[in-house]
Amino acid sequence: MTTVSLEAASDRPVLTTAQSVARARSGRAVRRRTVIAVLAVLVVVLFVTSLMVGKTFYPASDVLRVVLGEDVAGASFTVGRLRLPRATLAILAGLCFGLGGVTFQTMLRNPLASPDIIGISSGASAAAAFAIVTLSLGSRAVSVVAIVAGLAVAILVYLLAYKGGVAGTRLILIGIGVAAMLDSMTAYVLSRAAEWDLQAAQRWLTGSLNGVSWSQALPVLAALVVLAPVLLAQSRNLSVTQLGDDTAAALGVRVNRTRLVLIVAAVGLIAFATAAAGPIAFVAFLSGPIAARLVGPSGSLLVPAALVGAVLVLVGDLVGQYGLGTRLPVGVVTGVLGAPYLVYLIVRTNRSGSSL
Amino acid sequence: MTTDHTLVARDLTLGYGDRTVIDGLDLVVPPGQVTAIVGANACGKSTLLRSMSRLLAPRGGQVLLDGKQVHKTPAKQLARTLGLLPQSPIAPEGITVADLVGRGRHPHQGMLSRWSAADDEAVAAALDATDTAALADRPVDELSGGQRQRVWIAMALAQRTDLLLLDEPTTFLDVSHQVEVLDLLTDLNRARGTTIVMVLHDLNLAARYSDHLVALVDGRVHASGSPAQVLTEDTVRAVFGLENQVILDPTSGKPLMLPIGRHHVTVPTARTSSPG
Repeated sequence: MTTVSLEAASDRPVLTTAQSVARARSGRAVRRRTVIAVLAVLVVVLFVTSLMVGKTFYPASDVLRVVLGEDVAGASFTVGRLRLPRATLAILAGLCFGLGGVTFQTMLRNPLASPDIIGISSGASAAAAFAIVTLSLGSRAVSVVAIVAGLAVAILVYLLAYKGGVAGTRLILIGIGVAAMLDSMTAYVLSRAAEWDLQAAQRWLTGSLNGVSWSQALPVLAALVVLAPVLLAQSRNLSVTQLGDDTAAALGVRVNRTRLVLIVAAVGLIAFATAAAGPIAFVAFLSGPIAARLVGPSGSLLVPAALVGAVLVLVGDLVGQYGLGTRLPVGVVTGVLGAPYLVYLIVRTNRSGSSL
Repeated sequence: MTTDHTLVARDLTLGYGDRTVIDGLDLVVPPGQVTAIVGANACGKSTLLRSMSRLLAPRGGQVLLDGKQVHKTPAKQLARTLGLLPQSPIAPEGITVADLVGRGRHPHQGMLSRWSAADDEAVAAALDATDTAALADRPVDELSGGQRQRVWIAMALAQRTDLLLLDEPTTFLDVSHQVEVLDLLTDLNRARGTTIVMVLHDLNLAARYSDHLVALVDGRVHASGSPAQVLTEDTVRAVFGLENQVILDPTSGKPLMLPIGRHHVTVPTARTSSPG
């Protein structure tokens, strides 16, 4: 105890402002890197766990051998064909939702402005449900339809909210209304479908990983490989854009171009993930705020939020499958987690008046 | 001293939608000096400032920085020479002072380049100059209005530009903080030779703190020159439509405008009795 205070006392007089600025910044950077490392380890642990547990338990050594391509009696089918695509899509979809969500929240400076609140996920989901259930399209075509619908909803909400500039609150309220309409369209499509079943309904209404195969996971991987670097390259511009359009432009950011790139990339990620796993409730909405709590107020949240998204989907799916007696789709579990936070945010907004 | 840059608006016409705000305006910003722009509400002061910093493309005419059109200069390149502090910048929730000031380094950083020691030094110098180093780790939301304004100016300083445009840097501040901010800008001008252009609401503070005063009426320059030349009873009448008396400010030797309304005026002047 005493040594610490002595050190601090002898340190202070010689520290210039530049040194203390540098010290504080590197302290924040260490915290951010630590959070990212811990989250990454957590994702790996959860991934392996979800390969191990199930109706039959396989030890980690068997799981590892299957992942490396060896033939293990029994495990090769259960782990390799059933659990591996499911756990992989859980990670991929979580990364996509986390990245897409935090991009929108940061860009619009509002935790409520997440794509799953303002109708973008609902649009992608309604379109995907329509394309699969009614039009019987293949997975690639479904992805395309979902993206087009996601972008169309993003543009629609933006235009409806536009009134000589876009105010956050207005955009969010309009988005919530649009989302409700799109959700009822999904329900309608499902109710009219010949092959109406509960599984499909669960996927398109709340998000589910049941019965997932590689053909659904691979397009999401492709989207992530292409679009995540685009978003990460914009992370500095994104953080400057937060200061308001004029300030950002005065700092040399091409605001409209940056915003367009961010929206297209984020909507793309959300739409691909939704086309494969449905709009897994509240993952996009929760990832950013959780990441912000962990990392602290400084620095880009893109990578931490992506990892938080993956953790949420993996945990939600594990809990939904094995934690509650009956098997529930992942979206029901994440929905239970997210709904109280949504209520909290709305209550807080009402108290503080305007600043959503 | 920094190199002197010339900033000139030539036959500039600006507007939003079908409304013309600035109409054929000519303006020369004297290098290395403090210029204040004054005018009635909605006379186009902020619009002019936004266009001079490339935020609003002209309908006609041009803005030239060192002879080159600012609207054809790449945004980041321009942002290394010319900075703008808008009227109501937004601080993201929870952001710390040091982090906010650090964002001023944006134009000096590449897409992938790492934060450098030069960036740290620029941030530290900006914090020291604005007397906000002690606040470095505090969230901006928790600061008082005066502190917050100094932090925003620190961000603009971290940008290290030779020209700095400020849109009403003293709004919402009480009088002591207004003076504090204007003193700070004067220090900056004297110590580094930074050319300053600011839109100000308060005519008397504008006269006190500027070397060059520009009065706008209906999107045109009505008068420009030294405060003594510009701040006259006739100019105030033309710009604000206000009866007034201009006297010599005993504390600064600059002109001081005293408004004459319908009440509380004891000294009879030629115009107090004329019908409003």
